[in-house]
Amino acid sequence: MSGKEVFYQGNEACAEGALYAGCRFFGGYPITPSTEVAEFLSHRLPKAGGAFIQMEDEIAAMASIIGASLVGKKSLTATSGPGMSLKLENLGFACLTEIPCVIVNVMRGGPSTGLPTGPGQSDVMQAKWGTHGDHPAIALAPASVQEIFNETVRAFNISERLRTPVILLTDEIIGHMREKIIIPEEGELEIWDRPRPDCPPEKYLPYDTSKGIVPPMADFGSGYRWHVTGLNHDASGFPTNKPSLVQPEEERLLAKVTENIDIIEKYEYFKKDGARVGVVAYGSSARSAKAAVRQAHEEGVPVDFLRPVTLWPYPVKPTVEMAEKVDVIVVPEMNLGQMIDEVQRCIEGRAKVVGVNRVDGDPITPENILEKIREVV
Amino acid sequence: MAFNYDHYMRPGKLPHIWCPGCAHGIVMKAIIRAIDKVGLEKDRTVIVSGIGCASRMPGYVDFNTLHTTHGRSLAFATGVKMADPTLNVICVAGDGDALAIGGNHFIHACRRNIDITMVVFNNNIYGMTGGQFSPTTPHGRFASTTPYGNPDYAFDVVELSMGAGATYVSRGTVYHAVPLEKQVADGITHPGFSVIDALCTCPTTYGRRNKLGSATDMILWFKDNTVGIKAAEKLSPEEREGKILTGVFREVIKPEYCQEYQKIIEMAQGK
Repeated sequence: MSGKEVFYQGNEACAEGALYAGCRFFGGYPITPSTEVAEFLSHRLPKAGGAFIQMEDEIAAMASIIGASLVGKKSLTATSGPGMSLKLENLGFACLTEIPCVIVNVMRGGPSTGLPTGPGQSDVMQAKWGTHGDHPAIALAPASVQEIFNETVRAFNISERLRTPVILLTDEIIGHMREKIIIPEEGELEIWDRPRPDCPPEKYLPYDTSKGIVPPMADFGSGYRWHVTGLNHDASGFPTNKPSLVQPEEERLLAKVTENIDIIEKYEYFKKDGARVGVVAYGSSARSAKAAVRQAHEEGVPVDFLRPVTLWPYPVKPTVEMAEKVDVIVVPEMNLGQMIDEVQRCIEGRAKVVGVNRVDGDPITPENILEKIREVV
Repeated sequence: MAFNYDHYMRPGKLPHIWCPGCAHGIVMKAIIRAIDKVGLEKDRTVIVSGIGCASRMPGYVDFNTLHTTHGRSLAFATGVKMADPTLNVICVAGDGDALAIGGNHFIHACRRNIDITMVVFNNNIYGMTGGQFSPTTPHGRFASTTPYGNPDYAFDVVELSMGAGATYVSRGTVYHAVPLEKQVADGITHPGFSVIDALCTCPTTYGRRNKLGSATDMILWFKDNTVGIKAAEKLSPEEREGKILTGVFREVIKPEYCQEYQKIIEMAQGK
């Protein structure tokens, strides 16, 4: 990859990635440890002709990005646990109305105010199930500063193409860690835009799926007058409670994800001959896991290592492949056991699954994971 | 010649969901006439609402319309307006939507002075959920959740808006439909945040519980119990007692939010 080398913290890389992806609106609210995303964009968005606004609360910040997206601007907000809880209301609105936007959650420790300056990974199930009702969930979990940049771009791309919100899950460690990254030249990374209508305005049906599962979306103000509502709606966008229309609508929202796994799913699977132990880890815990796996190899213990980059939808296939090969899967995460449930669910008893869990505000160390590997071998 | 609303109504979307005797239609029609008077283009106008009876209005009218979550219309509208300041943005909200669950968004929109027109359909009650007391239900009044009388005190929308910094603030009523239309029109042309406190009536869930008479009686009540702020100056304190003041309470020019942000863009770009 060619481009400009910079020494960035993860939150800055996220903001830079958003600009690269074409983000021109940010609505936010200050919260540790995500605030640098807002600070960076308050400086850079006006330079790019975009707009930054600090709203009165997290709910409003989420609402503002949906409003801006409806006018055709790629939009971002960033927050952490307590703020994420508040954003969930309007996140569901964006899911049902199919308005693209990207939400960054720089995860910190604990429920409630918890550990504002400490890392955590305890919002991973919230990312999947947080807002009420059945809804599509896409969450990406990068593990390095460069990857935060690239996955932010991918988050926008997926959000635009599928017309659905995408959550970028980072954490306090990689959000604040500085690494050298390369900002690719313009055009080097592919940028996708939402599908827009090409029919005459009077023929426009905002939720007409006759030509594909993702209906074209018209910008407000572009001559296509349409109605957006958080009520279940028909192809014309107006409310309906007809069972024959509501069920297919809700199923289609989920199918947008399941039928587009190829553009959403991303993982790294490092296999080692003769491995009887596997490790599944994501985000900053994956960095410790990688070091632990390498150390195990040096000690003569072969270990398979799977790192989901896309956390939701969860990569089932490589996990099943690992479970069919190994006896035990170790799942380190900075929570008291969340993704471990998903691993267990998809391997259906093919292997034993054990967790390595810390919620004390310190990162999981390679030694923590190595100890568990030695124990289960 | 009678005003023709058809140009602004979406075909096939009526009848509306409002109860017989509800005054929301009077406010909706005043808004439509105001839009017509000001000459807003339908394609360049966005009408935003939250949740509740009043918030169903955008579904009936032929603009870019956005029916959002409870209380959040102004927050969505702020994103719309910031993303394209050339759009005309009007918010419609009930009293509960605007001032209880949406109270924080309301005061901050006033403070920012963003060029959005907010029309509060103020009928003193949560109608859609069956008549619970709202932030504008007067003290002592009955609602489904105040069976012994309302222990709360009501917000005065005008004072709240002025205190929070709105630059155009008025109050009208559904009895005075023509002045109400003018207030909405002036609110739209005002370059800043405008609040129109549109006093209206809910005979079904509020009037009945408080024995306020028929739908017509409730509307006529405004005739006898309101007084214009200019006319009020000539009244004695005794004559003013118990009267609700109507009219334009504030109309001042202050830098508008999007215009201020445009200066930031120019500064950032070194222009």
